[in-house]
Amino acid sequence: MRSPLFTLLLPVLLISGWEVAAHVIANPFVLPSLTTVVPILLHPFSPAYTLGSGSLIDNALTSLYRVAIGFLLAALVAIPLGIGMGRSRFMQDFLDSTIELLRPIPPLAWVPLALAWFKIGLASITFIILIGAFFPILLNTIDGVKSVKKTWVEVAETLGARERNVLLKVILPGSAPTIWTGLRVGFGIAWMCLVAAEWLPGTTRGLGYLILHAYNFGQTNLIIAGMVVIGVIGILIDQVFRAGERKWFSWRALER
Amino acid sequence: MTLEIRNLVKEFPVPGQEPIRALSGISLSLPPQEFVSVLGPSGCGKTTLLRIVAGLEEATTGSIELNGEVVDRRSSKMAMIFQEYSLYPWRTVLDNVTFGLEMQSVGKHPAREAAMKYLHLVGLDAFADRYPYELSGGMRQRVAVARALAIEPEILLMDEPFGALDAQTRNMLQKELLEIWEKTKKTVLFVTHSVDEAVYLSDRIVVLTERPGRIREIVDSPLPRPRDRTSPEFARIRRHVLDLISESGQPKEDLRVHPASL
Ligand SMILES: Nc1ncnc2c1ncn2[C@@H]1O[C@H](COP(=O)(O)OP(=O)(O)OP(=O)(O)O)[C@@H](O)[C@H]1O
Ligand SMILES: [Mg+2]
Repeated sequence: MRSPLFTLLLPVLLISGWEVAAHVIANPFVLPSLTTVVPILLHPFSPAYTLGSGSLIDNALTSLYRVAIGFLLAALVAIPLGIGMGRSRFMQDFLDSTIELLRPIPPLAWVPLALAWFKIGLASITFIILIGAFFPILLNTIDGVKSVKKTWVEVAETLGARERNVLLKVILPGSAPTIWTGLRVGFGIAWMCLVAAEWLPGTTRGLGYLILHAYNFGQTNLIIAGMVVIGVIGILIDQVFRAGERKWFSWRALER
Repeated sequence: MTLEIRNLVKEFPVPGQEPIRALSGISLSLPPQEFVSVLGPSGCGKTTLLRIVAGLEEATTGSIELNGEVVDRRSSKMAMIFQEYSLYPWRTVLDNVTFGLEMQSVGKHPAREAAMKYLHLVGLDAFADRYPYELSGGMRQRVAVARALAIEPEILLMDEPFGALDAQTRNMLQKELLEIWEKTKKTVLFVTHSVDEAVYLSDRIVVLTERPGRIREIVDSPLPRPRDRTSPEFARIRRHVLDLISESGQPKEDLRVHPASL
C-alpha cells in the first residue's frame, strides 16, 4: 500500500493543469477557472449561484428522490422475480428469452416510449431509472439464488424446514451478498441514467436539469460544479453499499 | 426405534441411455442404539443409500421404515451430517446449532439452552459466538454434529463426516463420537471409506460391492470399547474386511446382478 499522498498525486496534477490551461485558453465557456467553480461548491445551500434553479442541495435532493423511487420499484420487482427464476426451471425457461431480448436495449432508448406512455413528468423519469436498475438487480438475484448450495437447503429440510423457512432462512440469507452486489451496481446505473432522464422536456429541477440549464446559459463553471456534485454523490452511495457489504456479508469473502 | 431398510434399489435416469444403477437390493435392519458402518469403494452408492434413508432421494423400489412407518425428510426422528461442509456461514456457531430448533418452532430461550448443551457436549461452548470461517475443519464437523443432535433425533446418519480431516483430528473425533453415542444412545448409520474407522467405531460393518452397490457381507465387530487399534483381534477383523473389499474390486460370477434375483 503506497501512501495516500501518492494516490492523490494525479488528481492534484490534473487540477493544476486545468487551472493553468484555463488561464492560457482564457475562455470561461470552454474551460472556466477553478476560482469560478469552487465558490459554487462552497455554497451548496444558496440558490444564488444556480441561475435561479434552486440550490445545489435542492437539486441533489430532487435527483436522489427520483432515483430512490425508480430504484426501489426496480428492486421490488426484480428481487422476487429473480428468486422465482433462480428457484424454478419453469420460470427461468419461460422468461429467459424475453429478458435476454430486452436487456441489451440501453435504458435511454426507452425515453421516447416512456414519454408516449407516461407523458412528461416524474413517471417517465422513474421509468427510465427503473429500467436502468432492473437488469443488474435481476441477474444478480438469479445468480445469487443459484449459488446457494444444495446442501444448505437439504440440511434445512432434514432439520424439519418447510418451503417458507427454506426460502426465508436459507435461500435469502445465502443469496443476500450477491443480491446486494446487484443493488449496488443497479444503483450506480440508475444514477447514471438519472442525469439523462432529467434532460426530458418539462423537467425543472434536478442535477441533470441543472447542468443542461447551465449549458443553455453558457455557464460552464456551473456545469462542472454540477458534475462534481453528481460524482461525489455517486461515490458516497457506492461507499454506503460497500460498507453494508463489509458489515453484513463479510462471511462470503472469508468463507473457505 | 428400529430402522428397516427393505430391498432398496436406486437407478438414476440418464437421458438417452441406460439408467445408472447405484444400489441393487439393499436390506438392513438397525435396532435401537446400534452403531452400523457402511463401507465400500468410491461410487458404490453409499451417499445414495444415506440420502434415501434421510428421505432426500426417492428409492426406485424398496422402502425405508421407522417402527413400521414410512419416513419423511422433515421428520425430526433422523438427522444427517453431510460429507461436505454444510454449516451456514452467515450464522454464528450457536445460531447454526439452534437452526433445527427454530424450524421446529422451539422458543428462542429453550433453543439457546439446548444448543449450548450440545455445544458443550462437542466441546465448543467457548466458540458459540464465532462464525464458521473462524473454525478448523474438525471444529466445523463438531458443530454439524451438535446441530444434528440438537433436534434430538433417534437416528444419526453420517456421510464420511471425518473424511476431509487429517489423521490426528480424525482419531480424536472418532473417540469423541463414541463418547457422545454412549451418552445420547442414538442409532448411528455411518458411511466411511476407511476400514480402520469402521472397525474402530461400529457394532456391525456393512461391506458393499462396487457399483451397483449390494451387500457383500455384514461383519460383526464385537470388541469391547474403547478399542485398541493395535490389538490382534482388531487386526483380525480389519484383515477380514480388507479382504472383502479387495475381492469386491474384482467382480466375481456370484456378484453379478441377475435380474431374477432382484
Ligand atoms: N443425482 C445423480 N444422478 C446421476 N447419477 C448419480 C446421482 N447421484 C449419484 N449418482 C451416481 O450413483 C453412483 C453412486 O454415487 P454415490 O455418491 O452414492 O457414491 P458413494 O459411494 O457415496 O461415493 P464416494 O465414496 O465417492 O462418496 C455414482 O456412480 C454416481 O455417479
Ligand atoms: Mg459419498
